[in-house]
Amino acid sequence: MTFEEIHQKLVAKFPQAVQGIEETAPEKSLKIHPEHIVAVIRFMKEEMQFETLGDLCGLDYPALPASCVAYHMQSYAHKKVVRLKCYLPREGASIESLTSLFKAANWLEREAFDMFGIRFNGHPELRRILCPEDWVGHPLRKDYQTPDYYNGMPVPLYFDNQDESTAGNAKT
Amino acid sequence: MIPSDSVVMTSVDEVLSWGRRNSLWPLTFGLACCAIEMMATGASDYDLERFGCGVFRATPRQADLMIVAGTVTLKMASRIRTLYEQMPEPKWVISMGSCSNKGGPYWHEGYHVLKGVDRIVPVDVYVPGCPPRPETLLEAVMMLQKKIRVQESSMGLLGSLRKPA
Repeated sequence: MTFEEIHQKLVAKFPQAVQGIEETAPEKSLKIHPEHIVAVIRFMKEEMQFETLGDLCGLDYPALPASCVAYHMQSYAHKKVVRLKCYLPREGASIESLTSLFKAANWLEREAFDMFGIRFNGHPELRRILCPEDWVGHPLRKDYQTPDYYNGMPVPLYFDNQDESTAGNAKT
Repeated sequence: MIPSDSVVMTSVDEVLSWGRRNSLWPLTFGLACCAIEMMATGASDYDLERFGCGVFRATPRQADLMIVAGTVTLKMASRIRTLYEQMPEPKWVISMGSCSNKGGPYWHEGYHVLKGVDRIVPVDVYVPGCPPRPETLLEAVMMLQKKIRVQESSMGLLGSLRKPA
């Protein structure tokens, strides 16, 4: 099953969900409308033998501006991986959770929430997974500013000898 | 060979220091890849036990040497401080590897890494390397033993207790 066949099958089934093909390396991606992502993935899982959620991760595009969630659907029967991308508004991004379909999505969605601040509606336990619970901000967003202190501990390297007026420019 | 009718003169400090430096009990405490090298150092090939430093303890209450082996994340830093405070005096710290020395590869962009474990606990010996080879850790242990000998014989019976924390 080639990428084009998968694309045609999904377009035939969900004409309003598939927004097009994105030229990404090394393989193309399918742009899916965020409202239909769970229906599309359920169809791929149940009808097209894409039974494995290989990866789920967030992305940040400050230039668009947009947040994005990428889903890597794997099929052992077809020996194929397909990447689905959902573009969301950059501020206050939220999308339906995949945990009803894949238990593996639980921690992956928590990571995307922790790193990018994307909220997953219907997730059973959406809290930070890598950063401490009291961490401020989402570190993999491009506009993230490293804090000067965390719990009284200085974070930047060249901080000890600097006064407060230059503390924000510690990363030089 | 000491003749049986002779007397050996020494000080209490010297005897205590001899006992302490030749029976270091490290805390089983690995944070990242350096811990693999620490395990190799404790295993049969390198055999840390040869130098009187091999009884890895699983609780800080029984340990007197903390080998900080790996990346100190900000999330872990407060736990490290707690573990250090739970160790009974006298106690020593070896900072193993670039990460715990000064942040390692995360020194510039790492938002989550403490730039040196010496920001939260006092360090006696720094071990460079990424990760250091087991021979380097052996050298560090021997340097620490030398340091304990000099420190305790020069600072008196309670010398190590007076060590600034």
